[in-house]
Amino acid sequence: MEIPAIIGAGLAAIGVGVGIGLTGKGAMEAIGRQPDAYGKIQTAMLIAAALVEGFGFAAIFAVG
Amino acid sequence: MIKTNNKIRSLKFFLFIGVIFITVFVNAKDKEEKLNSKELQKKEIKDYIAHHLEDSYYFDLFSYTNDKNEKKYIGFPLPIILWDNGVKIFSSSKFNHGKSVVNIHGNFYKIYHNKIYKTDFSGTINYDKNNHPSNFRPYDFSITKGVSVIILTSILMFVLFRSLANSYSKNKGLASGLGRFFEPIVIYIRDEIAIPNIGEKNYKKYMSFLLTIFFFIWFLNMLGLTPFGINVTGNIAITFSLAILTFIITNFTANKNYWAHIFWMPGVPTLMKIVLAPIEVLGVFIKPFTLMLRLYANMQAGHIVMMSLIALMFIFYNWIGSSLSFFLAFFISIIELFVALLQAYIFTILSALYFGFANEEHEHNETH
Amino acid sequence: MEKLLQEFSIGLFFWHSIIFITLIFLLKRFAWKPILQAINDRENSIRDAIESAEKAKIEMENLKADNKKILKEAMIEKEKLLKEAKEIRQKVIDKAKDEAGEQALRIITEANETIESEKNAAIAEIKNQVVNLSIDIAEKVLKKKLENEKNQMEYVNDLVKDVNLKQ
Repeated sequence: MEIPAIIGAGLAAIGVGVGIGLTGKGAMEAIGRQPDAYGKIQTAMLIAAALVEGFGFAAIFAVG
Repeated sequence: MIKTNNKIRSLKFFLFIGVIFITVFVNAKDKEEKLNSKELQKKEIKDYIAHHLEDSYYFDLFSYTNDKNEKKYIGFPLPIILWDNGVKIFSSSKFNHGKSVVNIHGNFYKIYHNKIYKTDFSGTINYDKNNHPSNFRPYDFSITKGVSVIILTSILMFVLFRSLANSYSKNKGLASGLGRFFEPIVIYIRDEIAIPNIGEKNYKKYMSFLLTIFFFIWFLNMLGLTPFGINVTGNIAITFSLAILTFIITNFTANKNYWAHIFWMPGVPTLMKIVLAPIEVLGVFIKPFTLMLRLYANMQAGHIVMMSLIALMFIFYNWIGSSLSFFLAFFISIIELFVALLQAYIFTILSALYFGFANEEHEHNETH
Repeated sequence: MEKLLQEFSIGLFFWHSIIFITLIFLLKRFAWKPILQAINDRENSIRDAIESAEKAKIEMENLKADNKKILKEAMIEKEKLLKEAKEIRQKVIDKAKDEAGEQALRIITEANETIESEKNAAIAEIKNQVVNLSIDIAEKVLKKKLENEKNQMEYVNDLVKDVNLKQ
């Protein structure tokens, strides 16, 4: 791996980490507000997190 | 004014961090040139971890170096099946752990970096300009360690769930024995994963797949945490096979509505429809692709972290450092136990979600 | 990505796909179907049991309400009967009283009438007897008194004296 690539992978990981963190935060707040909608919120959160994670994987494996 | 100041400051901060990163990496690369004994040990550990993560032609449980500095393996060889102008089957013990060249009816094979190459009688490996071996690789359908673990797990699962199924008729509709532990999980998958995501109407035809894939991934993940060096779900071929099954089932059971949503999204302007179509088509492939990479990356990373922390004990080789890394390794193991379950759950729920998309019907005005 | 492609083992993929698909079908046939069926049956039986218990409870309640209603009706009936009985008794008593009064009155009247008639009869008889007696006595007195001439003459004179011509 080249050094710029490593840095790129690291930045991608940071971005994905922040993104998934925010997704989880939003979902938790939403559940806190509306505990009844737990199932729907969880589904939406998983979709969003999976999409964000997908970009992360794409970035990391494009580098690796 | 203050905001722009902040922006400039954070930009400076990131530049600073970046510079530090580059310096550290350049230094690290410089140091690689001069290997001392400690570095050698580190390289050995790195190779060991890399070796452990790969599939193997032997079912080795342990290996050690004896007094005469020979490497001894405790385990048993597995059958090698090659397709090279006809099927060739022989025991992997003939390779003598990579040291010997095997002669099968005038064809010579050698293991090099855990892969079988066809060579001449002395086992010469030729390299191309990228330093990759240029020898011919026969199609390899060997029963490797991974395959044998998969077979064992399948037998285990079959026996386990068969006994659970039988216990119902024997015990007046109640589970008995180990089934008592697994029955709530089966119900959980039905009630919390399948029905909410796929819908009451269609969930039944996917249940077998969801249940099988959940327990299969979970069991293999758990086996990966045993100290026998099993790493099946951290292998890209396995996760690819699992993900492609989800992909095939999703697209072959999809209804009209699903395809309409991909190629001609209803309820948006025509221009948007044209823009959205390629994105949605790409999404069809990205979904299983991330499914594959997620499981692979999580398992691979978990194994690397755990083994590195264990190896750290031997690198530190003192009371404080070693005990610290022991506790770290211990806690990571507990987290990995959780991750083993979580990844199986995520794979199952996302599969169910994709099946749900394929079966969605839009007579109702539900938001999605 | 290159490393991933290099790592990819067709043999592993091939075996895994075959084993896994076989496993899905085997488990579907021998495990998941009976397990899900058993769970489903059990849930249905539990649901049925709960439903029938609920039904029994409602029936019980209905029965209880019915009982109460019947009891209430019986009470009302009893009350009515009692009231009627009382009224009848009163009527009977009143009637008896009236009849008795009338009877008594009649008897008394009859008795009075009888007494009156008897009295009258007695008085009449007494009168007759007194008349007869007085006539007899007068006859005898007169016979005695009018035995001689002189007395006869005296008496006639007396009578003539008494008969003065009153104008």
